[in-house]
Amino acid sequence: MATVVLPRSLVALFPGATRHEVVAGSTVSEVLVGLDRRIPGLRDRLADGSRLRPHINVYVDGQPADLTTAVSSDAVVHVIPAVSGGA
Amino acid sequence: MSSAARTLLLVGTAKGAFILESDAGRDAWAMRGPLCEGWPIHDLIVEPATGDLLAAGGSPWFGPAVWRSTDLGATWTHSSAGLSYGDEAEPIKTVWSLAVAPDGAILAGVEPAGLFRSTDAGATWQHVEGLTNHPSRPTWQPGAGGLILHTIVPHPTDVNRTWVGISAVGVFETRDGGATWEPRNRGVRADFIPGPPPETGHCVHKFAAAAGEPETLYQQNHCGVYRSDDGGLGWTEITGALPSEFGFGLVTHPRDPATAWVIPLSRPEEGRYMPDASAAVWRTHDRGSSWIRSADGLPQENAYLGVLREAFTRDTLDPVGLAFGTSTGQLWHSRDGGVRWDLISRDLPQIWAVEALVLGA
Repeated sequence: MATVVLPRSLVALFPGATRHEVVAGSTVSEVLVGLDRRIPGLRDRLADGSRLRPHINVYVDGQPADLTTAVSSDAVVHVIPAVSGGA
Repeated sequence: MSSAARTLLLVGTAKGAFILESDAGRDAWAMRGPLCEGWPIHDLIVEPATGDLLAAGGSPWFGPAVWRSTDLGATWTHSSAGLSYGDEAEPIKTVWSLAVAPDGAILAGVEPAGLFRSTDAGATWQHVEGLTNHPSRPTWQPGAGGLILHTIVPHPTDVNRTWVGISAVGVFETRDGGATWEPRNRGVRADFIPGPPPETGHCVHKFAAAAGEPETLYQQNHCGVYRSDDGGLGWTEITGALPSEFGFGLVTHPRDPATAWVIPLSRPEEGRYMPDASAAVWRTHDRGSSWIRSADGLPQENAYLGVLREAFTRDTLDPVGLAFGTSTGQLWHSRDGGVRWDLISRDLPQIWAVEALVLGA
């Protein structure tokens, strides 16, 4: 089970969500599906179809990742809003 | 007006929604916010059947969503399930406009321009593909604010008829529930394109239906103010004595189809602020044959104020209350149909939308 570290600004949108979620999945895409099952609507905030949103960065064990990146059972997945975006 | 009546002004800004609530005299105002987690909010409406508040916007990080509050803004939920053109198309950035059809369906206009419909209170959304499939779609070009569907006017009783406005494409109407759409821009100038005005490629800024006359439409365009008496089949220019043909905000009276208000701005290349930096709202009581300038209470010198398309509204009281918000965060209100104006908030973020809700009337 991977540990997913979510940003505070995302957690605030979903009552019951926490900064650290433990989710099964062998890719980032599967992890997001698992997150969405637990927190309905969360995947939409991070991805549009098969693409991460332009200003969302995901790291698996500290390395930049996309939806196809493999996730091991003890991985740490960080979801971080990019410095770009906003005004 | 009931002595218990109070007005809520729902304000969408670049940094969240705010709600200002008046006393019965619409004299003192209390503000709360930012709401919707500080997301940029482009439109706010009240769902007639429930009294719920709906807010449209998009986070630069977390994408587009429609928000709902069942308790007058104290708490909010949001959804965007289905708000997507699919993997091959450009992602949707934000929701620009909301409207409720006479059958209760919620309509949402988005950027890049398109229309979505929800029949389950906004939980899920379906793309109205007929508009996107219009043959002119490959030629659509953005206005200064992007390629956005910013105005939705459902027919008040016929669920098959809806008008939408897209910048810089023009007005379209469907008469078959969204399956097919026709441009409704005849008679409108497009001075930024050489030659005769095209069928599409128009820079509609805002339009609204007249009270009790769904075929009577008033339009503020990049190139003038117009009225249509036949549901948009043809438009007649009514710019007349207005100090500028350019502007965004346009409001129609809740009961009198001959009355409308506009806020002229200087042309884009001249700065898009109130002409001569002297703030004024203009109104017509004769369907645009003549215009009356109202400036009482508004700054008459050094007022470099801009007002965006959704940031001008009216309530349903008698006399009508009006409010407009500026792109520099000032919120102005009138209790007497736009004759006298009061500044009720001055330090908000950039204001994109203002909507009025009367409670207890």
